Amino acid sequence: MISSLERVPIDLLHWFLGLVGSFGVPAWILAIVSALIIIGTIIGVFLGLFALTSVMERKILARVQNRYGPNRAGPFGLFQPIADGIKMITKEDLVPRTADWIVHLLAPVVMMVPALMVLAIIPYGRDMVPVELDAGILYFFAVGAGTEVAVFMAGWGSNNKYSVLGAMRAIAQMISYELPLVISAIVTAMIAGSLSPSAIVAAQGGGGFVPQWFILTPWGFTAGLIFYICALAESNRSPFDLPEGESELVAGHLTEYSGFKYATFFMAEYVGMFAICGMFVTLFLGGWQAPLPFLDIVPSWCWFFGKVCFVAFTMIWVRATLPRLRIDHLLAFAWKFLLPMSFAAFLSAACWHYAGRGPLAWILSLAIVGIPYLILGNAFTNRFAVSRRTYLFSE
Amino acid sequence: MNIPGSGILKGLAVTARNFAGSYVEKDRLTTEQYPEERPKLPEAARSFPFLVYDGDDPEAGMRCVSCKICEKECPPQCIYIIQDRDEAGKALKRPKVFDIDISVCMSCQICVEVCPFESIRMDQDYELSSFDRFGSLMIDKPKLLKSNTYYHSIHPTEAAETDGRIEAERLKKEAAAAAKAAAAQKAAAEKAAKEAAPSVPLVPSQQEGKP
Repeated sequence: MISSLERVPIDLLHWFLGLVGSFGVPAWILAIVSALIIIGTIIGVFLGLFALTSVMERKILARVQNRYGPNRAGPFGLFQPIADGIKMITKEDLVPRTADWIVHLLAPVVMMVPALMVLAIIPYGRDMVPVELDAGILYFFAVGAGTEVAVFMAGWGSNNKYSVLGAMRAIAQMISYELPLVISAIVTAMIAGSLSPSAIVAAQGGGGFVPQWFILTPWGFTAGLIFYICALAESNRSPFDLPEGESELVAGHLTEYSGFKYATFFMAEYVGMFAICGMFVTLFLGGWQAPLPFLDIVPSWCWFFGKVCFVAFTMIWVRATLPRLRIDHLLAFAWKFLLPMSFAAFLSAACWHYAGRGPLAWILSLAIVGIPYLILGNAFTNRFAVSRRTYLFSE
Repeated sequence: MNIPGSGILKGLAVTARNFAGSYVEKDRLTTEQYPEERPKLPEAARSFPFLVYDGDDPEAGMRCVSCKICEKECPPQCIYIIQDRDEAGKALKRPKVFDIDISVCMSCQICVEVCPFESIRMDQDYELSSFDRFGSLMIDKPKLLKSNTYYHSIHPTEAAETDGRIEAERLKKEAAAAAKAAAAQKAAAEKAAKEAAPSVPLVPSQQEGKP
């Protein structure tokens, strides 16, 4: 049973286009109008989510620390984003005298563009993909890598040593984490047999009372966890927020930014976080699919955004829990742990496919990811284990 | 061989417990919602000095006699006093001007300790911020004068002690006055008696002189 609300966004769009078309507007203008409406809707929804998250993140962090959080602006502090926005826009836009002002100006724009562009290929609901690309996953990671350029532009253009340090850290971190991120995403494409996000979501459909989501398989769980960790690192979120590191680098590449440029960076970071959460949901959590068949009465786009919000909540939860890593730990973790583990997930998925996806496949793929996890994990924790400090002269 | 990553799960459990607990147990949220909820100040809390007066009329009940001890003892010298004088130029036992610059005051309470007339005491008012840099932080006599009732409401124990001391002082003074009056009466009586006694020997002289 499919909800009557299921097709409301599509029907609305068609109704509006029909209305415009009744005035004798040529078809190519209709196509542009249709594209503009879709773009506007997506940007509106994600900026709304950004506004909501910016206040919810503060409230959730506050609750974890047994505080109230923002509760002054409007009911429950929900108008806080408006107050923040007014504050950001009315602030002075400072550009350091020695800065390369063109690069300094362009960096927030370059940051924002890929964050918005990657939203194009995510399937938001049944038949609701803005751009149906066969190589959607490839497009997502290829365009998403553009943010690295923006971060380095911001650091270099500011002509400030802390900014450059932050930008260098960001480059090191993002490139290191891109590798396990892409490999863990490829695992799902391998099983689904397609690089198209819609096909990957479709491959996780059906299955009665046990959802066929990829996260519920041994290889999928491993790849999903790796993807999630790398997503945290790619969106510069705690515990991988070294590029910003306000306590040691005075906000890294953001040091010399103020006013609306800073707000744009902030916005791009959150939109990028939502995009990667959407990708995580698409690849591992079944996209817009309801977990159980009878839950189809809730429209598919509600499921999608519900899942995205849940993943974003867990990211905030992780931020509230874990302290920031040291740069050498961070890189060692990417290269010595996540990368081998993503190869293990890759092998495990292959075995799962060729062992017939049955009980034998379960045992095999579990072993292939479980054993390396225990060995690598223990080696890694022992490598960085904190030993008791011995004093040479005192005591 | 422990399971790697179990520490992170433990940490996540702790934060989740705190997150959920803050909605269930109200004791966890210790933040005071300041403008709506006021802090219950401890009795010894103090901000800046004020002047105590007895009764209803600030001018008449003013305890300060303008002795200027506080002005001299004040370490940052934030007290400024001018003694009042009558038309003839004779000094009166009350201040004409009594200013405290609370932007200078360091709340040390030395003025309170040295005051022999229990007149200057520490206030508890902490909402003293203003848009004016100079005028509003210079507190003058009308604003400094606060009633003994107010003093009782902010420092009950200390105010009771002070009242007891003043009462004892008054009783002692009354007793002394009574004693003095009695002594004076006695002296007067003695004098009268003395006057009366020599009149006896005078009688003959009077008698002598009478003729």
